[in-house]
Amino acid sequence: MTALPLILTVFVACAVEAIEALTIVLAAGLTREWRSTFQGMAAALAVLAVVVAALGPTITLLPLTALRLVVGALLAIFGLQWLRKAILRATGHKALHDEASAYLREVAAAKEAAVSSRRGVSDWYAFTLSFKGVLLEGLEVVFIVITFGANQHNVGAAVIGAAAAVLVIAVTGVVVRAPLAKVPENAMKFAVGIMLTSFGIFWGAEGAGVDWPGHDGALLVLVPVVALVSLGYTAWLWPRPGSGSVATETEKVVSS
Amino acid sequence: MRRLKSIGSFWYDFVVGDDWRVAVVVVAALALTGLLVHAGGVNGWWLLPLCVFAALGWSLRRATRP
Repeated sequence: MTALPLILTVFVACAVEAIEALTIVLAAGLTREWRSTFQGMAAALAVLAVVVAALGPTITLLPLTALRLVVGALLAIFGLQWLRKAILRATGHKALHDEASAYLREVAAAKEAAVSSRRGVSDWYAFTLSFKGVLLEGLEVVFIVITFGANQHNVGAAVIGAAAAVLVIAVTGVVVRAPLAKVPENAMKFAVGIMLTSFGIFWGAEGAGVDWPGHDGALLVLVPVVALVSLGYTAWLWPRPGSGSVATETEKVVSS
Repeated sequence: MRRLKSIGSFWYDFVVGDDWRVAVVVVAALALTGLLVHAGGVNGWWLLPLCVFAALGWSLRRATRP
């Protein structure tokens, strides 16, 4: 596999996480205080850097077969989680992740919390809100970077994809100064779920000893097949006319 | 102890998510594939995709059942 599909997959996956982190950071910064928000963000990025520095070299020390088996299993399970949620959201069986309402919820909570300073941080609430948001979303980015990068022996390319996604979203956030509500987040999650599941199946089976027909070329068949099956399930669960509120949710997906 | 529990629950939620059955099917399918290849001498590349698709359908069916 060349580096481009790897970079693109990591880019899209990390962009989704970066959008969610941006919503939280904006809520903390715009309603509380930017200095403490940035301190929280910097602390979370430092923790994430330590996790990458510790896990990255360790995981690449594993023999390739064991690495593919473990990473493949994790990616397939992780990818199926994304796909399941995306299909349930697309068909209206689960509420869409709405950045605008998530932002309003965070803002309301941030406005109510009292200001207290601790450990050299002037607004502890803004610090912890920003720290938790960036750390939790960042952990998913780290997971994707390490699993994809290690398996392809190209952690550098995965890091480029992730860094580009974070940079693009951060710059857009600074320019717009509002949550990126118009990004088709569910469609992106659907696409990422397909990629994670496909790579998980491919590497997992290889790790278990399978020899794929067509070797790496099997991925070119596997990705569309996973996409078709997922679309098939979406059509199967698509609300029938007259099913009420479910259709309303679905229209929101179509329009996004 | 409480901190350990919350760390464990965070990682469980992070990796396994809403439906643990999906994770069990994936792990079992990988074990079966390994068995087919190494003990049975069968190149069972088809088994994992089939199990993954079935697990996804089953999980979606459970989640949407009234």
